[in-house]
Order: sequence, then structure tokens, then C-alpha cells
Amino acid sequence: MVGYPQSLTDPSYRGQILMFTYPLIGNYGIPDKVVDENGIPVYFESSQVQVQGVIVYEHCEKPSHWTSIKSLHEWLYEEGVPGVYDVDTRSLTQKIRVKGVMMGAIVVDEEPEKGFELLSKSRKYGEINFVEQVSVKEKKVYGKGDKTIVLIDYGAKYNIIRNLVRRGFKVICVPYNCHADEILGYNPDGIVLSNGPGDPKILNESIRELEKLLEVFEKPILGICLGNQLIALASRGDTYKLKFGHRGQNKPVIDLNTGQCYIVSENHGYAINSNSIEGTEFNVWFKNIDDGTVEGIRHKSRPIISVQFHPEAYPGPYDTMFIFEHFAKMVNC
Amino acid sequence: MPKYDFIKKALVIGSGPIQISMAGEFDYSGTQAIKALKEEGIETVLVNSNIATIQTDPKMADKVYLLPTTAEFVERVIERERPDGILLGFGGQTALNCGFELYNKGVLEKYGVKVLGTTVESINITSDRQLFRKTMEENGIPVLRSEAVTNVEDALKVADRIGYPVIVRVAYNLGGRGGGVAYNQIELDEIVSKGIANSFIGQVLIEEYIGTYKQIEYEVVRDYYDNAVTVCNMENILGMRVHTGDNFVVSPSQTITNEEYHMLRDASIKATRACKIVGECNVQLALDPKSQKYYVIEINPRLSRSSALASKATGYPLAYIAAKLAIGYSLPEILNKVTNVTSSFFEPALDYVVVKVPRWDLAKFGQVDRRLRTQMKSVGEVMAIGRNFEEALQKAMRMLDVGLDGLTAEVEGESVEEIENMLAMPTDNILLHIVKALKAGFTVEKICQLTWIDRWFIEKIKNIVEVEKKIKEINELDERYVELIRYAKKVGFSDSQIARILNANEFYVREFRKKHGIVPVVKQVDTLAAEWPAKTNYLYVTYGGVKDDIEFSSDKKKVIVLGAGTYRIGSSVEFDWSTMNLVWALKNYGVEETIVINCNPETVSTDYDMSDKLYFEEITLERVLDIYEKENPHGIVTCVGGQTANNLAPKLAKAGVRILGTKGEDVDRAEDRVKFSSLLDNLNIPQPPWAKFTSIEEAKRFAEKIGYPVIVRPSYVLGGTVMKVAWNQWQLEEFLKRAAKVSKEYPVTVSKFIRGAMEVEVDGVCDGEHVVIGAIIEHLEPAGIHSGDATMIIPAQRLTRHHIEKIKDYSRRIARELRIVGPFNIQYLVKGLEVSVIECNLRSSRSMPFVSKVKGINLMDYAARALLGIKIEDADEKFVPHVGVKTPQFSFMQVDGADPILGVEMKSTGEAACLGENFYEALLLAYTAVGLRAIKQNPGGNIFVSVGNDAEREAIEPLIRQLLWLGFNIYCTPGTAKYYNSRGLNVKTLYKVSEKVEPNVLSYIIGRRLDLIINIPETEKLESFQSVLDDEYAIRRKSVEMGIPVITVPRVLEEIVKGMRRVREFNIKSLQEYHGNLR
Repeated sequence: MVGYPQSLTDPSYRGQILMFTYPLIGNYGIPDKVVDENGIPVYFESSQVQVQGVIVYEHCEKPSHWTSIKSLHEWLYEEGVPGVYDVDTRSLTQKIRVKGVMMGAIVVDEEPEKGFELLSKSRKYGEINFVEQVSVKEKKVYGKGDKTIVLIDYGAKYNIIRNLVRRGFKVICVPYNCHADEILGYNPDGIVLSNGPGDPKILNESIRELEKLLEVFEKPILGICLGNQLIALASRGDTYKLKFGHRGQNKPVIDLNTGQCYIVSENHGYAINSNSIEGTEFNVWFKNIDDGTVEGIRHKSRPIISVQFHPEAYPGPYDTMFIFEHFAKMVNC
Repeated sequence: MPKYDFIKKALVIGSGPIQISMAGEFDYSGTQAIKALKEEGIETVLVNSNIATIQTDPKMADKVYLLPTTAEFVERVIERERPDGILLGFGGQTALNCGFELYNKGVLEKYGVKVLGTTVESINITSDRQLFRKTMEENGIPVLRSEAVTNVEDALKVADRIGYPVIVRVAYNLGGRGGGVAYNQIELDEIVSKGIANSFIGQVLIEEYIGTYKQIEYEVVRDYYDNAVTVCNMENILGMRVHTGDNFVVSPSQTITNEEYHMLRDASIKATRACKIVGECNVQLALDPKSQKYYVIEINPRLSRSSALASKATGYPLAYIAAKLAIGYSLPEILNKVTNVTSSFFEPALDYVVVKVPRWDLAKFGQVDRRLRTQMKSVGEVMAIGRNFEEALQKAMRMLDVGLDGLTAEVEGESVEEIENMLAMPTDNILLHIVKALKAGFTVEKICQLTWIDRWFIEKIKNIVEVEKKIKEINELDERYVELIRYAKKVGFSDSQIARILNANEFYVREFRKKHGIVPVVKQVDTLAAEWPAKTNYLYVTYGGVKDDIEFSSDKKKVIVLGAGTYRIGSSVEFDWSTMNLVWALKNYGVEETIVINCNPETVSTDYDMSDKLYFEEITLERVLDIYEKENPHGIVTCVGGQTANNLAPKLAKAGVRILGTKGEDVDRAEDRVKFSSLLDNLNIPQPPWAKFTSIEEAKRFAEKIGYPVIVRPSYVLGGTVMKVAWNQWQLEEFLKRAAKVSKEYPVTVSKFIRGAMEVEVDGVCDGEHVVIGAIIEHLEPAGIHSGDATMIIPAQRLTRHHIEKIKDYSRRIARELRIVGPFNIQYLVKGLEVSVIECNLRSSRSMPFVSKVKGINLMDYAARALLGIKIEDADEKFVPHVGVKTPQFSFMQVDGADPILGVEMKSTGEAACLGENFYEALLLAYTAVGLRAIKQNPGGNIFVSVGNDAEREAIEPLIRQLLWLGFNIYCTPGTAKYYNSRGLNVKTLYKVSEKVEPNVLSYIIGRRLDLIINIPETEKLESFQSVLDDEYAIRRKSVEMGIPVITVPRVLEEIVKGMRRVREFNIKSLQEYHGNLR
């Protein structure tokens, strides 16, 4: 119900049609693209709408909020992203729950059969490198500070950058395929691997570079979402596709060390294989309380921490913002 | 973490009788708590005097004590039962206060009773304003600024610091006068001067005014191990200016952004942690509609009305979970009962909109202030679920059962200025006033400006108005309008609403839409928006979808039971009791699937695990038919849910629905006065003379003939008064002219009012032939006081064998003649040897839980058999060696201006009942349970007596003597004092309110220096229209505002005084022990 401006601009949703289970979307409209002192838009998670399409039961034509300047419909229209409303989103959810996430098409004025034809011709989601599409093309620098963090951008949400800058770091945001040597050349005090869309396994180049980094870089590393999966893959762990991923702002995770539970924001269709972690230098750190899947890993001896969920929230709860605090402490000590 | 091992026995404190702001929601929470504890093998003990609840059923808690929920009695239960732990969070403020007192008196420590869940220290943080503020500030949580002052100068200084506008709250104010909102120094000066004068302690509170702020609530659960989640958030449509209990609430919040949502969520959890709540709490926050500025207003450290609503809105069983947390479980350990796979540590995702609308009964109280403010006035509520806001809102309007078929109103000649005023000062009709304004051409902006309601809501209401306009343009329903009707259904229009706009029949619309495939679907409430397979049968019906969530089996024997809908004066938790007890009994007699339809979030019957299926739905013809058609059940039960359900029976029968119970034509013979009257004549059973008239003149002639006083019942009333006693011709005429319509279409019934008669009721069950007499109930008050407001006694104390035989004989003959199938209630008048029948209701009555529990039987068990066609045996009233007394609970304090005087119209909001070894013990216990403090016999207790005339003075003189003898100080108004002094009684004088001379009764009342007010008004004058006796009204009104009990009926006084002389010690015995004696 809340967070659609953030979700729709989340680069991890690239290549997907996003359906909202909450029936009323767009109530508080779309805010202006104002930017903060670091040039980051205040209300969005990237520079554009990232999803391929939107499905809702009802969209609000007359939104109401002091920050709103346009309706959801107007925004999507401007951004050239199609949406469809008046859909029984609940029964569609049930279909996805049973059959798993599937390819889909939004078809107008045609026989439905034509839609299937179109679908069978289009490339499958898993085959496309969406990271390439959403990552920065060249490095970008945000904030000022004595300590430097390199953020490898697989499709990073702005709030990861905001959280790092807010803690007094200079953030160098580099493309997803940036070479390890170049990264080390910035002499970083810490590295953050961002979230991003798609199957981690198709990012061979990134995994290779990451292997090199893990070998030589001894300072703190933080992985988030796709970044988390890549750390596992670069450490001889394995990932797999979930039947239907974790998407939403109400996912429960437990810290296996402390027993403390948190509600987190999630958006992932792939996960780390729990068994594959056993032979590595990592321990499972967080688990999903409902299905037991791995929600975070931590290196046994080195300062490498990694989470499957989104500690930066936006959208979602702030329960795990402490991950950044934790990371900042490791960097600063 | 495992549960605490040491807890073998736990004590649960209930909330006592239902009052405004403390209602049925606590039956829900207490029942869930008991269930959660029993599952763990913990022995449960319950103290609650509310006999009409489900939680006080002998099968719920292991030991049920029907006793006042005061520290004094709870201590005696603790002494006797020695529980290991006590739960304070499930019985409203009553239980918290009681626990607080037990703690402070050292009782809990003395008996080693551990407070389970939130500790008393934590409760203290949330209730002590200073401590709360300090705790919040220490944790960086913003709270409102406020300061107490005693003079204008300081007030101005404080206001300057806070910034205008400020709200002035008067401490110990007089009739609500003196407070208000000041926008500048001049206004503040004026309001504070008045306020200080009106404050008993000369003090006012200056607080930052945030009436325009949004009011957002979060329900938080937290365990001992610091895991916390917010289960639900809610937005109050009327914002901060109106109490949440009187507010229109939508869940989830609709108008706040992601940042705002999570900022407030975070603050709620922080605040919960800061107060160390364990279990459940409600956090109320205020959010600036134009920035991200916010404040935490308060924390309710217990289950509340909001948490009952949240529980039903999300399907997350808050009370059940809170009880599990209280005995040591952690959140992740407890399974989500909906999925049976996922854990309770999660935040529900909703894929629907929930709207709660309060039900007010202000018209019942006469000339009272209808404006909605920060003091709650509503007596019930409904909750509607829809796939959009309009659908849910329109459903809710119908659920209120106030004659609305949707959100609809017309301009009735009001001027623009009048409408502006209606918007600026919201009353219980504010939503209808917005519709009026829209129809009168007001812009959305203008309405927002005047009402302070967020634009989003006004736009939605406007959408409804616009659809109505489009429907109005239709002449004849045909293909061209299919899409319009489809859309109208999606935004919540009912068939009858569309039909009314089209000036057509409801079934015309129904047939049309069904022909075009416009039919609703059934969706589940599953706590996680369909993401996991749900094992729940918690359902609602909507037009926002194309597919049913469930399949409907046809091979099971299914029965639908209609619940009671919203609580209101006259229909409350007792009908939830009959609904649930019938459902359970049906199950015992071979029904495979029980299906409940109800829409009241404050009930046990709307807990989805109480029946096999729950439809949280409207109890309207259209919706019941929709469900009936999908389910195709064995039949529908309409006779256990009170008026709403019962009134639907003839319409359902006409539509071809199989109704379990008395045949339609027989129901008609009971309900049609003329037919019933001739039935009685045929049976040779007497009735008070009555007749029906179509003109005032005829009515007058008849009244003259049978002699005044008469009871007048118009069939069409303009105000809220449906019945009145007229003592003379003038009153009869005035009432019929001013408050009613009399015509051929709307006849008026006039019947003889028999003075000084005793009223008696029979509750029973009949299977069409055999009759079970549950009990013969005697009213303590003389006839003329509504049976819902009367003190009831079982077994009857004053009836002779002759009366009892007659009453039993009449009851059996009437039941057989009407071929009643199911529960029934017959009301009788007894005067001298004469017994006559007033009326007969073919449904469960308010008193059935009372009868069942006093007698150790279950009338619903008999009813279930009768309804299913299983023969029952004739049975007489069962003998019991104990006595049960049921007393009414009033909520006059909450309704500004209401006069606490009793009459033919029901005014009470709840009841308490206690058992005793004898009548007096039960009577005193029951009156203690509804707040009669003077019963403690504290020597030096002060009683004020004001009696209208010498005859009454003389009549109660012996009682005054006895009260003096018992050690009370008696104060009287000068006239009464003079009378008694002259008879040698040592009574003191207090001057009348209007005399403005000290010692004045008013200052004694405000100073709470009186423990009891005895005011015997002159009956004949009371029934007149004007408040003839302003002075007496002022005394009664002020007394209820200050929480001082008022006795107005001499009979009641007499028995209480006798009781105080006779009862030395109260027996502390559980309901199960009383029942044990029966074998």
C-alpha cells in the first residue's frame, strides 16, 4: 500500500511486470524529482521507472498529499511504462503462488491468444542481463569523507548510497563489471556490493572480479541482496531460483547468533543454497523465519557481512538499518 | 523459549458490565486469552460480573466468578484460588485499574501472584503523563507540549512558548463548559478565565492544539525477548479532533507515504520498547498533514477496542498471541494459525480495505450534544471489508442498521451557511452531511477546509455521489447500463439502493445484474494477501474480483446463523452469546458446517476460528441471499441475533429461503398486534386494554375511556422516542403532534398503563409442541421501566404459587398455539391476582444468558434441537437453591446532557449479574458490580436525598431512618430536610443548585463528597416534555458526570437498604460451584 514510488524505481525490478497485492495504489500521488545536496532524488530509488509494466486493482486518479505533483497514471504515462487496472489481483497472486513466477504480457485490443504468441517469441527473463542495463556506465562519486567506500552498482537503490553518505563516507559508485584492480586502485576502506535484478549466475564476469577482490581485499565488505548472492557464488557457494520469490515489506528474519527477529523489506527471486555454505568460510547469519531460506551470511574470520534483505528499506521498515551502523563501525575501527 | 513452567493457574480479570468506551471487545479478548491458556494446560480463573458474555460461560474458564471486578473482591478470589499469575491486559481499563490497586495494596506480593505480560511499572509509565513524557523524551520520541496553569498570566506565557492555537482543557470542569481552542491571546484570555472559574481546582491545561493533524494508530506486539512487530495500522478519517472510538477508521492507512508510514511504525515500536510492554499495545500518533512532524500521543498497554478491530481487520489473533507472550513464548515460536506454516512474527499484508463506522444511539437520550469531540459517545460499531474504499464504506453504512441502504443523503432545504456549519462542527451524521454538501454544489476543497478531512476521502465520497447521479438518469435498466451497474456494484451500491434511485423493486435490480453476470465473489482474509495457502474460512463478499477463493461443498449439512450486527442500546453482547452458543449446540446435534454472518468487530462470533465459516458481512437481504445461493445450506437461523436478524426473516422467507424456526405466518401472528391480541382472546388469556388508531382524536377518546396513564406507541416517529407514557390528555396530544405522525399509513397504538404492577418475563424454548420453561424472571422495578433497564431476579421472590402456575400455563399455551420453534420470551404484568400478557417475542432474548447461567442449563442447546427438528421434553423451571440478580449498567456520563432517569425507553448500555445464597446477597453484589460504592457500608458515607413531594417523602422515611441507623450521613435539599427534621430525623441541609448558597449540593457533588444520590422525581412531571425540574436535572446530571451513583426508583432503594442491614458477609463462590450444588 505504501512505497510504490520506491518499488517502481527499484532497479532490481528491471525486466519484470510488478503486480501489487494491495488493491489501491497511487493514493498519495507521485512527488517531484527534487534532489538532495548530493544530487540524489529524495523520493525515488533510481532515475526512472524500472519495471516493464504495472498491474493493480485500482489506481488513484485524484491523489492527495502535500508532496504529490502528479498521479500514478500520469507518471507511468510520462515514463512510457504501461499499466493495467481493474484486475482481480488476488486470484492472479494465487496463480503465481501455485505455478511460480512466470513470463507475462500486457495485451491491449487483441485476442488473448496473440499475447501468448508474443510471449513465446520473447526472450526469457533468466536469459537477459538486466544488471548491464541498470548499472552506472562510469564511476560516480557521492559525498565527502576521510574514508572511501566503493559501491559496486549492480542496480543499486539510492538509499544504499544515502545511508553510506549519511554516515560520513565518500562513496565511489562503479559499474557492475569494474575490474578488481581498478577498485583496489581507489584504495577503499570498505566495499559494498549492491542489490540488482536477475539471476546472479549469469554475471560471470562480476563473479570473477569478486573472487579476486575477496582474495586480496582484507577490509570490510557488505553485500546486499544480489550482492549477497554474488559473495556466495564467489566463495564456492551456490544459489538457486525460488519458486516464487520474497517480495514485500513484511518479511520476517532471525539473527541466528542472537535469536533477535526483524521485519525486513525484500525483493529477490533467487537465494543462497543453505547446504552450499557449509564448505565455505562463511556461516549463515540470518534465516527467513517462515521458509528457513538463507537471509544473510557472515565470514568466519574476516570482516565480510552480507544480507539478502534490504537494510536500506525504502520501501519498508527500518528494523535492520543497524546493518549499516555495523558496517560503518567495522570500517571506522 | 518455552513457556514459564511455574504457571499452573492463572487469573484473568474481565471488564465487567458494558459501558460506552468499554464494550464487547473485551469479551473477545478475554475469551481468546482463556483459550490460549487452556491450550497450555493452565488452570484458568476468571472474575467478571458480565453474565451476558461468552467468557463467563462455565465451559470457558475452569472457575468463573461472577463478582464485581474491584480489588476488594478480586483479592478474596486470589486468597481462595492462589493463582500463580494474573493477566491484566484483557479486561480494559477496569482490569488495569484493578491490577494497579492490587499491586499497590501489596496483595499480589502477599500471595506471590506474578503479573503476566506488561508489568504494573510499565502500566504506570503509560498512565502517568509526566513519567510518560519523560520516558518518550529520553528515547527521542516526540510528545506534545502541555502545561498546567492556574491563572491567565501563566496561560499566556505557556501559550507563547507553545505557539497558537492551543487547546485549553479544564480540570474537573462543569458540564464541559470552559474549555476550547484559542487562536490568539484575546481568545485565550477569555477561555482561560472561564475555564479557571469552572474548574473545581482552578486549574487548566494548556496544550498544543493539533486538531487538524491526522490520527494514526499502530497495534504493536512485543515478547519478553524484545522481538516486536506492528500488526496493523489505522487511520482516523476525522483526524485528531475526534476520539478514535467515535471516528471513522480505515485500515490500512490510506493517505500517508512510505516514509511517513515507517517513521510512525518505527516510533511506535520504539515507544513500546521504552515502556517495556509485553503482549499487545496500541500506540496513537498525530501526524501533521503538511509535513513529517509527528507526536506520540499515548500508549494503551492492553487489548483495546482498536486492537479488537485490528485483529478482525487483519486476521491476526492479537488477544490470543498476547496471552501466549504473557506466559513466556516468543513471537517466532508461535505459529500463524492461518497458514499453520508461517510464524506469528510477521506483519500482515492486507489486500482489501477495512472501514469501521461507529453506531451512536444519541437520539435515545433526548436533547443531547451530538457533536463529536474527544469524549467517546458511540455504543457500538461495524466493520466492513471491501476491495476499495467506496465498497467498504457503503457496506458499513448499511451494517449500521439505521435505515441507510448506502452512503446517501439529500439536501433538505438547508442553506449554504447551515451546511457549512454542519461540516465545521462534525456530528454523528458528518458523512451524510458531506454528501449533502457535495449535492449542494460544495467543492472538494471547500469541504476539506471545513471538515479537516483529507482530500482523498472526500474524493471517494464524491465518486459515490457521482455514480448515484448517473444512475438517476436511467429510465429503464437495459444493456446500455450494464457497465454502469457493474461499476456501481464495485463501489458498494446495494440492489435496494439502486432500486430506490430508480424507483423500482430490489429484485428488479438483482435479476438484471445476475442476467448480465454481475455477481459478487467470495474472498478470504488470510493475513498475507494470498502469498501463502490459507487454512482460514474467514470470508467476505466483494465485487472486486472475478473468482471465488473457495469451493462450496454441497454434501455437507450446513446451517447459516445470523449474528446481531452492531451493538446498540437494546442489543448487545447477550446476542453474541446466543449466536455462539447456538452455533456450538448445532455442531453437537449433527450440523457439519456452521456458518456465521456478522459484521461487528467487538464480538467473539467474528473470530474466524469460532465457527466453521465466518462471513464478515452485512446482515441485509441482498447479502444473505448472495451467501445462501453460494452455500446452499440446510437452512438459516434468524432467531438468535436480536432484532436485525429477526427482522430479516419474513423477507428471506418470501425470497424462498429455508428458515429454521417458527413458520413465517406464525411469526406474523405474534408480531402483528391485532392478530396477537385476538389469539390471546381466543386462548382466554388477559391483556391490558389497547387499541389502534389512525387519528389523534380517536386516540384521545380511547385514552379518556380506559383512563390515564396510557402507553403510546406510534408506528412512525420523528425523533428517537418510540414509546411514551402519557399521564394526561395534554401530554398525549403534544407527543403525537410533535414527535410522531398519525395517519392511515402510520397508526398509533394506545394501551393502558397499569400503575404499580409488577413485570415478569418468561424465557423458554419450544419445539412446536413441547415447552421448556427456562425461568420466570421478576423485575424489581414496577412496570413502566423498560425491561432492559430493570433489575431482574431469578427465581421470582414475590410471586405466589397462583401467579407462577398461571404464568407457566399461559406461556405453554401461547407457545403451542403459535407453534413456536426455537427460543421465545413472553412479558407479563402482575397486579393483585391478575396476570396479563404484554408481548411475546419469537427469538432469543437479552436475558437468556442470565437464565442459562443462573439455572445451570443452556437454552441455546434446547433451541438447537428444536430448530433441527429434534424433539425436546416438556420441562418446568428448574429449581435452584441460589438467587441471581441482574442489574443495568448505564453510561450517562459519556453522553453530554443525558438525564439519568428511567422510563419506557431503554437507556442502559450493559449489565452485571451476580449469584448469591439469597436474594439480598446477589442484589448487593450486582449493584456493587455496576458501581454502587455506598454498599460498602462505610460509616460516615454521605448520601444526598431529594424527594419531590410529601407523599414520596413519607413513603421512604423508614428507609432514611435505616440509612441513618446504618451510620450514613444524610443530606437533603431544604424542603426535604425540613420535612425529615420535623419528623425527628437528623438530616443535614444542602442548598439547591439554583439557590447558589453554600453549603450547596453542587459543590458537594463536584467535590465528590457524596457517595450516593437518592432522587425520587415526580413521575408524572418527568414524562412531560419540558425539563420542569431543572434543579433536579442538574443534580442528577452533575452526579453522573462526577461518577456518583444515582437511585431514582423507591423499590430499588428499599431492597438495597434492606440488603445492607441483612448481609454481613459475601460468599465467594464460583459459577461451577453453584452449578455443582444442583446435582
